[in-house]
This record gives sequence, C-alpha cells and structure tokens, in this order.
Amino acid sequence: MTSATYFSDLKVRVAQNTGLCLVIVGFIAFYVFYNMNHPRGFSTAVYIQNSNEVFTLAMVAMAQTVPVLMGGLDLSVGAIMTLVNCLASHLLSGSPIQILLGMITCLATGALCGFINGCVVVYGRIQPIIATLATGAIFMGIALFLRPSPGGNVDGDLSWAATNDLFEVAATYGLFDDGKAAWFQPIAWLPVPLLLILITAAFIWMPFARSVTGRSVYAVGSGEGAAYMSGLNINRAKLAAFTLGGFFAGIGGLYLALQTSSGNADIPQAGAYTLNSIAAVVIGGTSLLGGVGSAIGSIFGALVLRTISFNFRIFEIDPLLQPLFEGVVLLAAVSLGALSVLRVKNTLESFR
Amino acid sequence: MTTQDTPVSTRRFAISADDKPIIVAACFILVILAIGTGYTLITQGTATLLSPAYLLQQLQVGAFLGVVAAGMMLVILLGHIDLSIPWTVAAAAMMATAVGGAAAIPVGLAVGLLVGLVNGLGVAYLRIPSMIFTLGVNAVMRGLMVAYTGGFAPQTAATPLMQYLAVGKIAGIPVALLVWAVVSVGVIMLLNRSAIGRYIYAIGNKEAAAYLAGVPTKRVIIIAFCLCGMLSGLAGTLLAGYSTKAYQGMGDAYLLPAIAAVVIGGTQILGGRGRYLGTLVGVILIVLLNSVLSIMQMPEAGRQVIYGTVIILMLLVYGRNQKVTQ
Amino acid sequence: MSLDDDLTARSDDSETAQSAHMSLSQITKRYGGVTALDAVDFKCDLGSIHAVLGENGAGKSTLIKVMSGVVTPDEGVMKLAGNPITFAGPSAANAAGIVCIFQELSLLPDLTVADNISIADPPRWFGLIDAGAQRRRAETLLARIGCEDVNPLSLVRDLPLSRRQMVEIAKALAKDPTVLILDEATSALTATDVDRVFEILRLLRDDGISILTISHRMHEIEAVADRCSVFRNGQHVQTFDQGTRTADQIVQMMIGREISTHFPPKPDPGSSETTGEEQPAKALELTAFSWDDRLSNLNLNVEAGEIVGLGGLDGQGQKELLLGLFGVLKATSGTISVNGRPARINSPLDAKKAGIEMALVPEDRKIEGLMLPMSIEDNLAVASLDRLSRGLLVDRHALQAATEDGIRRMQIKVGNITDPVSTLSGGNQQKVVIAKWLMTNPKIILLNDPTRGIDVGTKQEIYHLLRDLAEEGAAILFYSTDYEELIGCCDRVVVMYDGQIVRELEGENITEHNIITSALNINGATP
Repeated sequence: MTSATYFSDLKVRVAQNTGLCLVIVGFIAFYVFYNMNHPRGFSTAVYIQNSNEVFTLAMVAMAQTVPVLMGGLDLSVGAIMTLVNCLASHLLSGSPIQILLGMITCLATGALCGFINGCVVVYGRIQPIIATLATGAIFMGIALFLRPSPGGNVDGDLSWAATNDLFEVAATYGLFDDGKAAWFQPIAWLPVPLLLILITAAFIWMPFARSVTGRSVYAVGSGEGAAYMSGLNINRAKLAAFTLGGFFAGIGGLYLALQTSSGNADIPQAGAYTLNSIAAVVIGGTSLLGGVGSAIGSIFGALVLRTISFNFRIFEIDPLLQPLFEGVVLLAAVSLGALSVLRVKNTLESFR
Repeated sequence: MTTQDTPVSTRRFAISADDKPIIVAACFILVILAIGTGYTLITQGTATLLSPAYLLQQLQVGAFLGVVAAGMMLVILLGHIDLSIPWTVAAAAMMATAVGGAAAIPVGLAVGLLVGLVNGLGVAYLRIPSMIFTLGVNAVMRGLMVAYTGGFAPQTAATPLMQYLAVGKIAGIPVALLVWAVVSVGVIMLLNRSAIGRYIYAIGNKEAAAYLAGVPTKRVIIIAFCLCGMLSGLAGTLLAGYSTKAYQGMGDAYLLPAIAAVVIGGTQILGGRGRYLGTLVGVILIVLLNSVLSIMQMPEAGRQVIYGTVIILMLLVYGRNQKVTQ
Repeated sequence: MSLDDDLTARSDDSETAQSAHMSLSQITKRYGGVTALDAVDFKCDLGSIHAVLGENGAGKSTLIKVMSGVVTPDEGVMKLAGNPITFAGPSAANAAGIVCIFQELSLLPDLTVADNISIADPPRWFGLIDAGAQRRRAETLLARIGCEDVNPLSLVRDLPLSRRQMVEIAKALAKDPTVLILDEATSALTATDVDRVFEILRLLRDDGISILTISHRMHEIEAVADRCSVFRNGQHVQTFDQGTRTADQIVQMMIGREISTHFPPKPDPGSSETTGEEQPAKALELTAFSWDDRLSNLNLNVEAGEIVGLGGLDGQGQKELLLGLFGVLKATSGTISVNGRPARINSPLDAKKAGIEMALVPEDRKIEGLMLPMSIEDNLAVASLDRLSRGLLVDRHALQAATEDGIRRMQIKVGNITDPVSTLSGGNQQKVVIAKWLMTNPKIILLNDPTRGIDVGTKQEIYHLLRDLAEEGAAILFYSTDYEELIGCCDRVVVMYDGQIVRELEGENITEHNIITSALNINGATP
C-alpha cells in the first residue's frame, strides 16, 4: 500500500470515529493539564496511582460496551464485578498454582454470569434491561454470601506486583536480575495496570471485534432485521455479547481484589460502577442504540471520567460536588447523543 | 400476541389473560404465609404471621412501597421506567424536613413533581430512553443532595403531621395505610375512568397508533412521569415521618422492589397491559416475603437472591409470549 | 378484449425453450383464498436482461419470492439448468446461484462497505476476519460494476442512496450468482444513477448472468430489457422480445381485469357544480406542498361532498402526502387551507381539532391503526375520549352510546366489546379503525389503501359508506392501489409519480387505461 492511500484511509477512519478522536484529545488535554498542576506531575508514581484508579472502571466500561453495541444494556456489570471481587478475596492466596487456579476461576465466574444474562435474554425472551436488573440482584446476593463484611486474604506479592510498575514485578519475582537488566530499563517504568488494559484491548477485544461473532454483534445493533436477512446467527451474537461483557467485568473485579487486597460486597459501589460504565460508554462514542462504537472508546471514556476527578482532587474542589458533576456529565452526554432524534423528519419514525 | 378466544357465553367463568398473574401471585402469597406460619409454629409455637395486628403493621410498612409502586406502574404501563426513584424519595424527604412547618409536605410533593417533570420532558421531547435518562437524573439528584447535606444525614426532623401520617392510627388502622388506600383509589380512577388512563394504555400498546389517533402522546408521557415523581415525593415525606428524619440512601431500598411489585402483578414491562389490582397484590407479596424472610433472619444476601429469582421466574411464567424488542 | 386475445395468440413462448437457464412450470401459490400465482410458466436465459411487468398485485413479487426461495410454491416445478430444484430458504437459493436484491435495502448502515459486501461469508485468517482480503474482494467487486469511487472503508450510512444500491449489487455479486433478480431496484434512484445501474446490468449480462428486473418505469424497460414478460392477476400473459410491442399494446396486456365488485352510483358531475358566480371555498386545498425529497410542489383540492382518488404505483409519495396533511411529517412547505382558511397542522392532535376535523385511516392497521391487544371498546373510543370526558373522568354513558353508534354504523360484527380487537377478522378490524374516526364526526377523511387484504363484502360496505359520507358533506381523499376502486368510487382521480402529480382525471376520463398510462408516466417526461 502506498503512503498516499494509507493517509487517505487514515482520513476516512478518523472521519468515521470523530467521537473517539474527540474523547482521546479530551483525555490527553485533561491529563496533561492535571500533570502540569500536580507537584509530582509526569512521574512514574503518578502514572501508577492513576492507572490503578482507572483500571476497574475501564474494565467495567468495556463490559458494558459489548451489550450496548448489540442494542441492549447490562445493569448487572457492577454486580458481576463485585461478585468476582468477593470471590477473588477468597481464592487469591496459597501456592502459585492455587492462585493461578483461583484467578482462572474468577474470570470464568465473570464469563458465566454474563452467559446467564445472555440466556435469560435470548431464551427467556426478557428485556435485557429488566433481566440484568434482576440477575444483578442475584449476583449481588451471592457476593454478599461470599463476603458479608469487607475483608479477605490476597497474596501480597501478587497484589504488590499487579499494582506497581514492571520493575517491581521483576523485583518481586526475581526476574531479569531483579529488574536491573539493561534491556529491561526502557520498559521498567510501565505501570502494570496500564499494560493489562492494553493487553486486554489488543488480545481479547480486537480479535473479538474482528471475529464473525463480533461482527454479528455490531450487525445486530445496527439492524436486527437486516442482520437476520444476511444470514447471521443472532442468538449466538447476543449470548457472546453478554458473556464477553461478564468476562470483562470479571477482570475488573479480580483486579479490584488485588488493588484493595480485599473483597467488599458494597451495593452502592456496585451501582456506581454500573452508572459510571454507562457514562464511560456514552462519552467514549458508543451509540446507546447499538451498532456504533468500540470498547477502546469506552476505555478512554473511563479515563476521561477519572481524569476529571483527578483534577477535582488537585484543585481541592469540594469532593461533595463530585457526584453532582458525574451526574451532569452523564445527563449531558446522553442528551447530546439524542440530538439526532430531533432531525427525524417523519414523526412515525421516532416511535421505535 | 396471545388473545383470549373465550366464547361469549362462557366468558363469566373464564379467567382473562390479565387476571392470571394476579391469581398466581395471590396463591404465592398464601404459600408465603403458610411457610412463614409453619416456621413460627415450629420455632416459637405461635402463628404470629396470621394475627391481624401483625398483618396491619406489615401493611403499614408496605404502604411506602405501595405508594412508590403505584407511580412506577403508571410509567411502566407507558412502556417506560423511572430509575430516579431512589433519590427522588430521599430528596423529597430531605427538602420536606429542611423546610418544616406546614409547607413541609407540599415541598416534598413539589420536589417529586419537579423531578418527574424533568424526566418527562427528557423522555417525551428528547426521546432519550427513559432507562438512561432517569438513571442520569437520579445521579444528578444524588449529587445535589450530597452537595446540600455534606454527605451526612440532615439534622432537621420530620414535622408532627408527617409523623402522624406515617405512624399514626385512626380506629386502630394505620394512617399510612389510609394514605395508600387514597392513592390507590386515585390511580384506579385514573387508569380505569379517565381519558388519560386510556391514553396511557394506548401509548404503551402502540405509540404510533395512539399518536395517529390524535392522542396527545407527549403530554400524557409528561403527566405520567410527573405523577410518578410526585408519588415518590409522597413516599419520601411519609418515610421521613416514619423514621422521624431524612437520611442518605433512604430511597435505595424501594427501586427494585417497586419494579418487582409491578412486574409480579402482571404488568408487562414493555407497557400497555396490567391492572392496578395486580400491583397491589405484588406489593403485598413482596412485603410479606420480606417479613417472612426477616422472621427467618435471612441475611441481606439471601434477600437479594430471592428478589432477583422471583422477578425472573414470574416474568418467565407470564412473559414467554410478550412482544420482543425489534 | 379482442386486442388482448389477439396478442395472446401471437405469444412466442416456445422460441427459447431449449436454452432456458431457469424455468418454472405450472407454478401456483395461494395466500389464503387469494391465488397470487396461477399455474405460471416462466423462463429466463443466461446473458439476457428480462423485465417483468404488471400492475399492483399482478403476481410479480410472488414470482420473485418463489424464485429466490422466500416462499415455497404450492404446486409446480422449478428447474435450474435442467435439474428440478426446491429451496429451503433464501440462503439455499443463494447457494444455487440465485440472488435477489429486494426493494428494501438489506445493508447494515453502521458497518463499512467492505463489511457489508462480505457479511455472509467473510474471508478469514485463523478464524478472524481478514480485513485486507475482505477489502480487496470489495475493491474487485466494486471495480467490476464500475464503482471504483466507492471507498470500501466508508460506512454505508454515509453513502448516498444511489451508491448504497451499487453496494447492494456488489454484495449480491459476492455470492457469485448466475441469476440476479432486482425488485424495483431503481425506484429510489435519480435518472443519472439509473443509467449507471443499467450500464452495470449490461456489463453483467455480457458476463453471462441472467438478470431479472421488475420495474414500473416503462422508459427504463425500453432502455435496458432484452425480453419482457407481462403478468396480470397472477397469470403470465405473454413474453416477447423488447421492441416488438408498443407501449400501448403492453398497457392493454396489463389491464383487462373483470369487474368483480359493485360500486354505488356516482352523483352526476354537473349537479354538484354551483351555478352562482361565487366559488365556495374548497374543503381542503393544498398549494405548493413539498416535503424532503419525496413530495414536490403538489397542488390539490378536495371539495365537500367529493371523493378524490389518489392513484399511481406504490410508493410515489401518496402515503407521504396523506401523512403530511395529517401533521405527521416535519418541515413540510407550502400551505394547507381548510374551508378557505389556512390551517396549521403539526400533529394528528391538531388535525382533529375543531375547524379542521380531519381523520386518517392509516396504511397498516396492525401497527398504525389499532392497539391490537386492547379491547374493541378502547380502540373505538381512543380518538374521541377528549369529547366524551366530563372534567377528568370519561362519561361512561356517552362512551357507551358513542361506541354502540360506531358499531351500528359500520355494522361491525362483535361478540363482546371488551374482547381484544385482535380477535376480530381483518375486515372487521378495518371497520373498527374507520368507526373510530367516524365517532369524531370528521369533515375531511383521508384513507390510505383502506381495502387492502379485506374480503369483498366488507370492501363493498366501505365503498357505500364513503359515498354516504360524501353525500353528508365530507371531503374524502382516498389512496388505493386498486385501480378498479379508483374508477368505481372516485369523482376525480389524481395520479402521482415520483412525488409529483402527473395527471388529474375526471368523469369519463377515469379509465384503467388512463390511470395506468399516467402511473407509468409513459407520456410524461422523467421528472
């Protein structure tokens, strides 16, 4: 491919993803501004702290994206995240093999919860919204069974390694001369959570988006009738969308356990994660009507949301105003998304 | 679409499609009572659950949920949902106690009405899915209240009138129950006897057809959301009277049970069908379920699981053949 | 009739029997009591463009659905390259090389052109969609139809309608068809774009593909078709080489249905004309009415006591005109006057108001006309609840009286008025829709194809009712896809083509021949 066509392609892609580009630019602007005003700005310590604070929300936002792309909504992502969080607080200790199995169990639980959502929606033929509201209560109940009060036992080394930079990973596990190998230095500063986000996006989301099933998810959200006429497997797409959503939420819950070294079945916290996941999805340029957007955008949506809070902190703005601000941002974002409705020329077309 | 093809002659003895969930739910209430009574008989040797005084007391507590569910039902019949209820309840309670005096209750209702108006405008004019819009409004209300109270329970107390409405008794009957009864009569009149009630069902069934029949669809949507908000405000003021003050998160425990009560009562979650009697039965079912669970000392965990399971099971029983999203 | 017989006698069906690529013999398809295809013999050849003509309801669509596996015929045999075949569904037909492009586009607007073209079976690389290969495939196919300018990476929703149609063709070609069927594929396109599509069709024909196209535009058929087949009443009338029949002869083949219904007598056109100098204000008058790109500059009036028919082929803007009058469409331009006074109608609610008193019987009674699960009573009352209410509450006695009156007037056969309206037959359901509006005492009645899918008896009742209403002074604007109805019922017929009024027929001039010629826009220039 010549560079000329490469650039014209790039132009097309940018034009199609103006929402994503805007949110990326917005994030960079907010984040640079934050670092410039932070006393220890542009340092590894700040990056590590911030990426830790972003990780779980980023995962929950990715989890919300998949059902939304399909034209649904998952009100149980916060509950699934909490359930896996509580489960992890029991399983992430002991021998390395036990820990590994524990992590696998946690992720499988997340995916299973999502799969159950999918089954209720596809085979129970219950609206996604009400189905996930109900399953969310069930998941939350199980989380409360697992962790009636906050606490838990999480392997300290793993927790330390997962929430710091790569240097600490190497130092903790005695790799690469305890992280002092010369070749390792250029990447040693990278925060692990940031790396994990990149890995999840590149090795789970991107392949899914490029699979036939992933394409079908977009197709169903874009027009279920046309997707059916094109011979796509609608039910499989829906099941896959909810299952992958549950899996992402599971990663978030697992990480939260590592970050806090405990599990906490906090109902308001789960609700806040669900709400913020919707906000992140909308800010990240994904249409609530389905078919348009990507989980990458939602990651940046989560980044923007969190960076706004960081700025709140640095300027010592009353933290009591933060919930209000989050609510206003969400409301403004969905209202902007609805402007297209006002352009409909035939009123009958607005009844969907 | 199922239709009841009952011949006219046997109609009197046939059960209509709308009655079936109500009967199922009523039977389930009897099952709950039987299980609860069995439990108390074994553990305590008494049938506390069946004593009129106990039942009245439970219904008094249930009145708050009943008022919220009545409003929620109007919105669900339209094919929408109101997720802003938790913080509408809390905001109304906080504002009512803050103002105090004779204006307390009107202020509480006005707060609810205002939230409902915002919801209605967003849903009717911007056509934002009510699910999302009311969720956002809930967040904004929470933010406003957190900013206003500083995140703590307000120090102001409920007025004597609020307390009387919530815990007082007339001839042994709790006043809260009477309030619920008045609200119920109002909603029944609205749904069955007024044009707006018919319009609500019509919009919930087929908004396009209602619109083409000259129904003022936007106005009806706004009115329904306003009523729902106002009833949440009423519940908030009552609740503040019950616990003598307002506190953070006081409405959180009402959203899911209210939706559950409406849905269990046979109202279709996509709108257009359902009877208020069903919602009443649904509220009583949930209240009794709750009290049996607390007699059994069921932890919060079990309650959550049971709520979720009951909603899904009931929907599976009633809802197999309802319309599916396009 | 004699000309018709003559033409049938000269039929030259036998000519190409041996080289037929796909052939249908004695294919019959019935829907309920209606025979949509009646023992049809039909063939199409490789390397030829074959046009299928016929008026609304002649059986063209059913023919296509049978060929593309959407419906299974009740009787008859289909053969492909000499071998008998049956299709389990559209994908089976696709696999056999028969691909149909339906009127409603089947593209996914939020996906890219390349995604759409390969949606059914994308090229894969270790299970994942190979974007590069998919793009090259799209480029090849687009190049084959001369659309190199369409970027495979653009989203379908960003393309103009004409380009989407090209993508639809490319998507069909991706399935490697030997028979390509186009169902009114050009109806949404402008003249330049139509030429472009024809260019492509010729290219494909020269590649040896058998192309079957349904079009209502006579000049288009003249431009592109090699052979033509005319259908009428579910029967194959004749197949001939393009150019061997005149447009007039073709129209003759298309008409000639037997009159099966009786219409109420029309009033003498002379008697209604006022003798005085002063012209009374028209009940409904439309000046320079336009909307979007679907309606342009319409001028129309309907007098009180008059039934005006809207004719023309399906989808020429008739539905939009009625919706526009009723306040459903936003941003219309031009003026609507009612009884000489300009009327602002921004919603059906406005249209119902005193001084306008308009009613619309909508196209699809199941979606737009009725709330199916609700009771007959509720459906009847919904448009007049405002006038039946006293204060907040509905006056039950007035409601009962009004619904009983509506039922009696329309002679709706009802068991119990609290039964769901969905328990009624189609004809009775339509009567409920009409009765609902009669209960509001409308002065202007708009009807959108009210007799579609209704039994003959109910149809006749509706015709008589319309005439009665007109005699009581209502102004009626009546769109029908059934020409016979327009001829039998209307005092005047206005024929629409491509969002414009192309002809106004009155009195003796309302004939099937005139309606069809103007509907096909044979004489008029292309707008």
